[in-house]
Amino acid sequence: MDEQIEQATAGDRAPVIEPGHTFATITDKISSIVLTRPTSTGWFIGFGLSFLLTMMLLYAIGYLFARGVGIWGINIPVGWGFAIVNFVWWIGIGHAGTLISAILLLLRQSWRNSINRFAEAMTLFAVSCAGLFPLLHMGRPWLFYWMFPYPNTMNYWPQFRSPLVWDVFAVSTYATISLLFWFIGLIPDFATLRDRAEGRPAKMIYGMLSMGWRGSARHWHRYETAYLLLAGLATPLVLSVHTVVSFDFAIAIVPGWHTTIFPPYFVAGAIYSGFAMVLMLAIPIRKFYGLEDFITERHLQNSAKVMLATGLIVAYGYGIEAFMGWYSGNRYDSFLLWNRLHGPYAFFYYMLLICNIAAPQVLWIRKLRTSPMWLFLVSGVILVGMWLERFIIVVVSLQRDFLNSSWGMYYPTRWDWMTYIGTIGLFLAAMFLFVRILPMISIFEMRTLLPEAEVKE
Amino acid sequence: MKRTSEYGIMAEFDSATALVAAAHRVHEAGYKKVDAYSPFPVEGLAEAIGFHRDEVPLVVLIGGLIGGLSAYALQYWIANISYPINVGGKPLHSWPAFIVVTFEMTILFAGIAAVFGMLALNGLPMPYHPVFNVPRFAFATKDRFFLIVFSSDPQYNRAATRQLLEGLRPKSISEVPD
Repeated sequence: MDEQIEQATAGDRAPVIEPGHTFATITDKISSIVLTRPTSTGWFIGFGLSFLLTMMLLYAIGYLFARGVGIWGINIPVGWGFAIVNFVWWIGIGHAGTLISAILLLLRQSWRNSINRFAEAMTLFAVSCAGLFPLLHMGRPWLFYWMFPYPNTMNYWPQFRSPLVWDVFAVSTYATISLLFWFIGLIPDFATLRDRAEGRPAKMIYGMLSMGWRGSARHWHRYETAYLLLAGLATPLVLSVHTVVSFDFAIAIVPGWHTTIFPPYFVAGAIYSGFAMVLMLAIPIRKFYGLEDFITERHLQNSAKVMLATGLIVAYGYGIEAFMGWYSGNRYDSFLLWNRLHGPYAFFYYMLLICNIAAPQVLWIRKLRTSPMWLFLVSGVILVGMWLERFIIVVVSLQRDFLNSSWGMYYPTRWDWMTYIGTIGLFLAAMFLFVRILPMISIFEMRTLLPEAEVKE
Repeated sequence: MKRTSEYGIMAEFDSATALVAAAHRVHEAGYKKVDAYSPFPVEGLAEAIGFHRDEVPLVVLIGGLIGGLSAYALQYWIANISYPINVGGKPLHSWPAFIVVTFEMTILFAGIAAVFGMLALNGLPMPYHPVFNVPRFAFATKDRFFLIVFSSDPQYNRAATRQLLEGLRPKSISEVPD
């Protein structure tokens, strides 16, 4: 059945892997990036710049620790500001990795095999950046462990009815499971690198990481079972994480937050921005490392289609929010709608509609959907749009709530910007290191895509 | 277990199909202590060498149950016994609020059990293994497929086993030193 569909539609689809490859060429091509190819000047420039931004992040954090959160633009009523906007933005980006590696694995979408590895790496780094923000926002970040239930001399326990506590569990579980998923995917590839490496240090390091993997049939059997079960566990997990993040808002009574549409619309938005980030990374990577054989037009097109679909769900979410503002007859909800359209931050709301709803519609056109340059641009616009969405949700809802006397304005300071841009630097620096020292495409899963991998009776 | 100077005899094949066919033949010849190595998971290979019991799902189930039950028990104990707080007249045992953390801990423990259970059942990490003494075995992580009959097999006989493997038309045959 699957094969029939595959054959029927094969005519107009680009292949997942260009013809002419063998087990050996796949192995050599991917492992040579790590082991033998000289590091390009471009890599050093890119890594250097991102490293500088990371230093700026450390500077901003150092000053924050010395002076406290007063250096940021947050105030009362807008107590959440950039920290929570950036937290939600980054954690949303982190959704694509697990979606690609787990959900698409269960759905037998074999095209995922060329992009899952670096999408998972992207997830890990994005979640690390996300995790920084609530910690920094705490004011006394050295007491972060108070969020975990542990026996203490204060005889005090976390409040498990609070979505903020759920969030701690959801995000830390997500980070742990993503790390484990990424690591067990890497074990057979570490063994490949161990057997290919020339120098003794490289042999030792990859040897230790591979844990003595030798590709035994019994091992593979348990490995595949564990991998599949982990995918099955990660699938509800990835959907739950942004759901729980949306509970942080939806369970509060603030107008614009207290809605039941939040969980599905947050999850769709997360996948939307996650795929945008995957494309923004995949397009330069495939170009600079000559990986067009493995990351083909098919991958770009499929990712574009996912963005188009999730983008429409997000647009539906905006539509429902506006509709409920009018239809509920609730004066606070309808005021929120008015405030979004005509208030002091209206410009950003219109930008949001342009970035997230209007711009991605160009992906309906096949020619643009398959053009790397257009996809790169549209993805960038979507990432900006998704950041604006969180800005609108956090700031515009908080700045004018029920009482006129408690209204206020929020202006980010340079420390807000330095922290935000700094985490982008941290993310990119980690990605640069990743593509240099680890196989960015799963070698063993690429081998299974070849027709020779199938056993003929 | 009788000690011999070699660990086993290893045959090299150049395709997954050849390896599975060879594994079937060796298994049918009555050998039990056999293993096969491939650069990627090969469908039906584990069954061909007589591997049927995969305990990973059980380990994952146990991990998930421990995670979920202990998370719920902890929340129940905190909210009802150790630190009861009346929030807006809601019941102390407000179970719907405890589901999220219970769910997350189920996934966390099951996932950890899946990864570490798989490694433990596979006997990894194992930095040294005699098969690595065969120089050609480095291709087991690239594009070659290997079948080994261990000398610990009761039916093992250096000459006869070698003859059987040679009859399977492998690319090469090597004795694995212990």
